[in-house]
Amino acid sequence: MSKERKLFLIVAAVLIVGAFLITTQMENRFYYKAAYVVLQYVVLATAWNILGGYTGYVNFGTAGFFAMGAYTAVALIKTWKPPLYLLLVMGGLVSGLLGLGIGYLTLRLKGVFFSIATLALAVVLQMLISNWSYVGGGAGTAILKPRSVPLFSNYDEFLFFVMASIAVVSVAVAWLIEKSWIGRGMAAIRDNEEAAECMGVPILKLKLFATTVSGALMGIAGAPFSYFVVYIEPTSAFHLDYAVNSLAMPMIGGTTTWMGPLVGAVLVGTAQQIATVTLSSEMNLLIVGSLLVGFVVFAPDGLVGLFGKIRSRLAGREA
Amino acid sequence: MRSSTTRTWKGPTLAHSIVVDNVSAGYGAVRVLHGVSIQVNDGETVVLLGTNGNGKSTLIKCIMGIIQPDEGEIYLEADGERINLAGKNPEEIVNLGVALVPEGRRLFPRLTVEENLLLGAYREEARRGIDRNIAFAFEAFPVLAERKNQLAGSMSGGEQQMLAVARALMSAPKVLLVDEPSVGLAPILVSRVIAKIRELKEEYQLTVLMAEQNFNQAVKIADRGYIIVHGEIAFAGEDTEALAGHELVKKYYLGA
Repeated sequence: MSKERKLFLIVAAVLIVGAFLITTQMENRFYYKAAYVVLQYVVLATAWNILGGYTGYVNFGTAGFFAMGAYTAVALIKTWKPPLYLLLVMGGLVSGLLGLGIGYLTLRLKGVFFSIATLALAVVLQMLISNWSYVGGGAGTAILKPRSVPLFSNYDEFLFFVMASIAVVSVAVAWLIEKSWIGRGMAAIRDNEEAAECMGVPILKLKLFATTVSGALMGIAGAPFSYFVVYIEPTSAFHLDYAVNSLAMPMIGGTTTWMGPLVGAVLVGTAQQIATVTLSSEMNLLIVGSLLVGFVVFAPDGLVGLFGKIRSRLAGREA
Repeated sequence: MRSSTTRTWKGPTLAHSIVVDNVSAGYGAVRVLHGVSIQVNDGETVVLLGTNGNGKSTLIKCIMGIIQPDEGEIYLEADGERINLAGKNPEEIVNLGVALVPEGRRLFPRLTVEENLLLGAYREEARRGIDRNIAFAFEAFPVLAERKNQLAGSMSGGEQQMLAVARALMSAPKVLLVDEPSVGLAPILVSRVIAKIRELKEEYQLTVLMAEQNFNQAVKIADRGYIIVHGEIAFAGEDTEALAGHELVKKYYLGA
């Protein structure tokens, strides 16, 4: 166990250093922009999966948590322009608290009722932000990127590096949860909440833990958003794409392991980026929609489950 | 081979008994239990007899903290210390050494047999003895060892009931509550499950409260019992003969 953990931490560190080294070699800004979006989805899908995949509570309000992280950052930038790491911390804190609050409010809701509540949350938050003129209101506001940043040749490369690091940390968090008693308890809640209660699994605490951690990671993913898009307005920050993608990617990859959302986000996210350039930007949701339908029908356990099944079948044939 | 001396489950065995005092409970506006008092003394196997809808499961759920009684007290007496269970949640009650084999088994069907067993040991204290306890479980139920990587939902009803019992024992309990182990099982399997519960009870010095409507199966294991009718204790039998001789049992269970 501890050997496995050590290996995982080493791989994580190598990936972060690797992301940094890439920025010293590659020039083309488009790739950084595209990679940023894909990595952002790795974070969102992984965060969604902690609540939706591990615990079985389907969250349709990803856009709400993401945008709250983004707008927390906007409000702070407007006041005193703190360094980026503080924006990440505050974005995570605000969305984490939001997750904790929504967890408390929706404790009695299960299944589709929980999902509707989270969807409503995103709509309500969008209304509030649209009417808050300090952060630009419905019309939006322009955010100036810092002119330069040490060690990086431009800010896009820096943002890519930051999002890569957040992605690595998110996947590591999901991995740690999955391998712990917390993850085991979450799986029990997902599979049979009543039975979990009978076994003395602390359902309430685990659900709140899941909504909080999931929300916080989404908020952290949203915090650098305004620097990335330069002009932020509620319609794009609260876009339905975030909710649909961060739900579809784990479904396509597989929801019960840390690997599922990672695989799903990288594959679907990359396909969307390619489609945006070669076909049209409107094709994105069509791709996701068709893939989702296909996977739900033919491979409900996602790619990870599909590979597991093929592998065990091959092993069975050999034996 | 298995040693003849009694194996200590976890630390020294303490005296554990359950006292239910004048408990009333129900769901929303529907009252199910009306002033129920029962007692399960240390090391006893007590059966709670009653046909469907008389409140057996509700009483078990009250003891487990899954529903809270409206009135009355429930105590766990552990070595002279009296702990009030009313107001505690299931998590705390499991931590006090009470475990439940729920009605209808309530397994985790899409998790493996081994994962089901591990979840039985969620209790903090039980996690430390987990390797030993899982070895005990596999020894007591060899079929579970064979199927440890199989999904629990894919096993037969009898195997699932065995898993439910093994899972409850993973928390190293002192008091075992068993809710209708016979539901949905063929008679031969019910006999096997009951025999297994008796065996484990003696081996681990458990105090057992079993809710059951199958009288003939329940008396094989019970020291004494209560008959519950419409949420009230209709009869307290000091031994199984007293129970077998009672008119309610004759009427409902023996077809006389």
